[in-house]
Amino acid sequence: MSDLVRLTIEGRPVEAPAGTSVLEAAKLAGVLVPHYCYHPSLPVAGVCRMCLVEVEKSPKLAASCATPVAEGMVVHVESPQAKAARRAVLEFLLINHPLDCPICDQAGECELQDYVYQEGRATTRFADYAKRFNPVEDFGPDILYVPNRCILCTRCVRFMEHLAEHPVLNVSERGDRAYIGIFEGAALDHGWAGNVVDLCPVGSLVSKDFLHKARAWDLDKTPSICPGCTQGCNVTIETRDNQVLRVRPRPNPDLNRHFMCDYGRLGYGWLNRTDRIEAPLVRDGSRLVPVDWDRALGRALDLVRGARGPCVALVSPGASCEALERVAQLVGAGGGAGAFRVAKGDEIPLPGVPDLALRTERAPNVAGALAAGFTRDWDGAAARARSAALVLVLDEPLHGLGAAQAWGPMIYIGTVLPDEARGAAAVVLPSATMAEEDGTFRNIGGRIQPYHQARAAPGMARPAAWILEEILDALGVGVGAQA
Amino acid sequence: MGYPHPTHPKETPVLSRHFGDSDARSFDGWKRRGGYASLEKALGMSREQVTEEVKTSGLRGRGGAGFPCGLKWTFMPKQRTQPHYLCVNADESEPGTFKDREIMRWTPHAVIEGAAIAAYAIQAEQTYVYIRGEFTEAIAIMQQALDEAYIKGVLGINAMGKGVRIDMTIHRGAGAYICGEETALMNSIEGKRGNPRIRPPFPAASGLFGCPTTINNVETLAAVPPIIEQGGAWYRAICLSNPNSTGTKLFSVCGTVRSPGTYEVAMGFPLKDLVHDLAGGMRPGRRLKAVIPGGSSVPILTADEAEATLLDYEGCVARGTMLGSGGVIVMDDSVDMVYQIMRLARFYAHESCAQCTQCREGTAWTTKILQRILHGQGKLEDLDLLLDLSEQMTGTTICVLSDSCAAPVVSGIRKFRDEFEAYIDSGRAVAQV
Amino acid sequence: MSQTTGAGAVAGAESLPPVFDEAGRRELDAVVARYPTKAAALLPALWMVQRKHGWVSPQGMAEVAEALALTPAYVKGVVTFYSMYHQHPVGTHFVQLCTTTPCNVCGAEKVAEAFLRATGAKRLGETSPDGAWTVVEVECLGACGFATPVLLDDDFIESVTPESVPAIVARYR
Ligand SMILES: Cc1cc2nc3c(=O)[nH]c(=O)nc-3n(C[C@H](O)[C@H](O)[C@H](O)COP(=O)(O)O)c2cc1C
Ligand code: FES
Repeated sequence: MSDLVRLTIEGRPVEAPAGTSVLEAAKLAGVLVPHYCYHPSLPVAGVCRMCLVEVEKSPKLAASCATPVAEGMVVHVESPQAKAARRAVLEFLLINHPLDCPICDQAGECELQDYVYQEGRATTRFADYAKRFNPVEDFGPDILYVPNRCILCTRCVRFMEHLAEHPVLNVSERGDRAYIGIFEGAALDHGWAGNVVDLCPVGSLVSKDFLHKARAWDLDKTPSICPGCTQGCNVTIETRDNQVLRVRPRPNPDLNRHFMCDYGRLGYGWLNRTDRIEAPLVRDGSRLVPVDWDRALGRALDLVRGARGPCVALVSPGASCEALERVAQLVGAGGGAGAFRVAKGDEIPLPGVPDLALRTERAPNVAGALAAGFTRDWDGAAARARSAALVLVLDEPLHGLGAAQAWGPMIYIGTVLPDEARGAAAVVLPSATMAEEDGTFRNIGGRIQPYHQARAAPGMARPAAWILEEILDALGVGVGAQA
Repeated sequence: MGYPHPTHPKETPVLSRHFGDSDARSFDGWKRRGGYASLEKALGMSREQVTEEVKTSGLRGRGGAGFPCGLKWTFMPKQRTQPHYLCVNADESEPGTFKDREIMRWTPHAVIEGAAIAAYAIQAEQTYVYIRGEFTEAIAIMQQALDEAYIKGVLGINAMGKGVRIDMTIHRGAGAYICGEETALMNSIEGKRGNPRIRPPFPAASGLFGCPTTINNVETLAAVPPIIEQGGAWYRAICLSNPNSTGTKLFSVCGTVRSPGTYEVAMGFPLKDLVHDLAGGMRPGRRLKAVIPGGSSVPILTADEAEATLLDYEGCVARGTMLGSGGVIVMDDSVDMVYQIMRLARFYAHESCAQCTQCREGTAWTTKILQRILHGQGKLEDLDLLLDLSEQMTGTTICVLSDSCAAPVVSGIRKFRDEFEAYIDSGRAVAQV
Repeated sequence: MSQTTGAGAVAGAESLPPVFDEAGRRELDAVVARYPTKAAALLPALWMVQRKHGWVSPQGMAEVAEALALTPAYVKGVVTFYSMYHQHPVGTHFVQLCTTTPCNVCGAEKVAEAFLRATGAKRLGETSPDGAWTVVEVECLGACGFATPVLLDDDFIESVTPESVPAIVARYR
């Protein structure tokens, strides 16, 4: 290919498309050039000067983030000159840095800490001088600014200006008096503002929600998909002691790049709910009594086998594709069908990234539900549920239907038990949340994305797909087939 | 007001011919002195011929970098597919430099005429004259001249009736040395913080408003009308030393000389004569100690070095310094070098745009170390530390502001080390820091 | 870009007269017409604010932001970059005098002291108790051959000496 440029980085031959920065080309060669201001999803600033490398035949060191590759270029990342320059940048950055790592949320995932440890000077030559001091500022609903830790990489400013297109942050003043500023009365309240906390390479922008909750190294991290809307942003669920403490975006260049919205980021509270159904329940007169899985599944099978006529399924578009497909299989065999409904809100796009928004439909698997054959005719399905031979509910809260709804015989599979089901369900089978199972969601663009188990399900709860598989296995066929 | 000194016999007045002559400020006065004939002549030539003439003259940029002016103009696209811009750099903020101010306040039409010729050559329909905000007088004079030029039809959509659009707008700065750096200047015009930009792209490809742009210093442009009038070869012949440095140059001499002021001499003129002769030499009982020949950003010369320096680009480099903007700062033996170097470092710390780490933190730290030495609390290691920091502040940033801070510090310590050591050894402190 | 804080919405600021009233708006429009983008009129617009109010208040910044379709935060980032925009009210007369090296070696600091004495301002950067004078030290004014240059309000005064200061101050009283 003609637009591939060949160069050598740290002695390794690399081929990179024309226009690639030396820093990105180095990644291709497996060499990470230390950097602060550079971020692959932001416009290049070239200001931290941490990424300086030596380019043969060039009189000065080059900022690798801002230098495009050129044919035949020979780059040294670890040459004495380049290392000396990096050491100097680190020393300059530490001049005014408080070194309050023991109380800093960023400790353990701080790029300043990491690089100083890797290649900084062992001693300070600035000990005799007072550090600059500015008080902590409240930047908005979830964000605090700790100016003393700031290294002015301007990632946050660039994010708000170029990605959010909502420039509420600025660099104020000049020289070493500079700091990140916000306007009197303004707040970092844009629907995607929380990303500045992730973008901050040090602990200068911190999340109030996460403040002093955990040390970074104590967190277990699990790749997942945000359940907040149909966008399907790739995320990491971070847990400690089986509690979800933080959800952060996981890079996906084709989808959410490095970002997620605040609705998704801060909406994880339900994953830690304590009012979960912890054991299978079967009806005994007016009561639901806890039983083991065999008895509960047995009762469910009886109901399924006994159903004479079409079933109705009321499902949640937050369930996995696997669970939804099995429900469809179960009810569809007998000519039954099902529907779902989904909570709605305002669409909040991130203008700087094409096709990225907090979507109006606030559930992760609407496309999965549709693909499995469920319809949006919720009212029709709810009406038919009165006369159905069997009602199968998959984690649907049934709000608004009222306890007074006269249901057909009901199997309720779900994480919590709504009042609407408490009086009606014949069998209640406790299921796992998306954080407690492996599964896939199909996003708004039809992309099927896996997510993984991040915490243990409470009590005897099981993934819905497992529960449904058990039933299908025992039947050998779909429900209603015997009729 | 009046220009402080009559022309000295050793001067070669070309740009400064009408300094002190307030009649030359008006449009009619300028015309009476042959003004706008060059513009008329240029508009009758092809753009290539104009540029070629300037190339022939050997004129190099007078803003500090000394880049060949005609060559710079050839970098502009030949076909205009989007607007082209000319920026006139009248930010003149480099300590020691005050020549552009003289040009603007005595011969504003020379600037307008030169800029109009350049605008024609590079196909710029709009020219922005970026004048530092503090130059209230120069701004008023330039604005008046500009208004007159519009009224007289010299500028506008049909400049001089030749069917060429040449518009010109004064853009007032607001107090930032760094806006003299060409890409910072463009950002400032665009209504941004005056942050220098990363190059490439270079201004001729993507400059002001993302369009092809040329930036020239006031003095560079003011030299263009005489070149068009008398020919590039004539200008080129004005040369006392190296043939790569041609024409005349305005040197603004300041500091501890008897007759500070702006003097125009041929390239290659001896610095010794400029200081001791034209500028009147030292005050009674004083000896020359040091000279910064090209504005505060270039290495300091000792008296001996200065007296052996020829004032052109090559002559300065031969003595380990640079011609820069031609701001000659003279210091006699009453000057406390440590204090004045601290004062320069403080200047750069104040002016750093805050983008690059080395500059933002390095200029401030350098100043603090120097202040501590001045407080009598310095250590010998501090001098090595200063040299080490300066090395890391040189050639590592987007623009050369931090290099500019390092230059006087490094040369100062190398050449006047005894003064630094005296503070350190004695623990003596100066009263004012 | 969206507007976070509109003009006049700044809490606690005494209300200053609008800069972009009909006449101001006309002046601004004429400036904007000289540039391909509205934002390019930012520095000129801020000069208009300072001319009218004597300083650039948060209210002024918000007003400029609205007039040029920028956010107030963006405007503030720019205002704080340039040292000539006053972020706080200053005395009736504003004295900027250069103390950078070329003027410094010619005794500029003595001129600064003379200004403090003559105006009654206690310190550089502070306003005199009668509110009439603010004296600040600035970096190189670009008139080094005329040490010490002083920018008094909009008047550029050259070759000021400690001896000439009292008469200058008297002239502006
Ligand atoms: C920090 C810095 C400050 C500068 N200040 C000025 C200035 O005040 N005036 C000027 O003409 N050039 C200044 N320059 C040089 C300009 O960047 C640019 O080279 C010049 O305007 C080009 O015009 P010329 O080729 O006609 O000299 C400065 C450069 C730097 C790095
Ligand atoms: S990452 Fe290249 S300069 Fe900051």
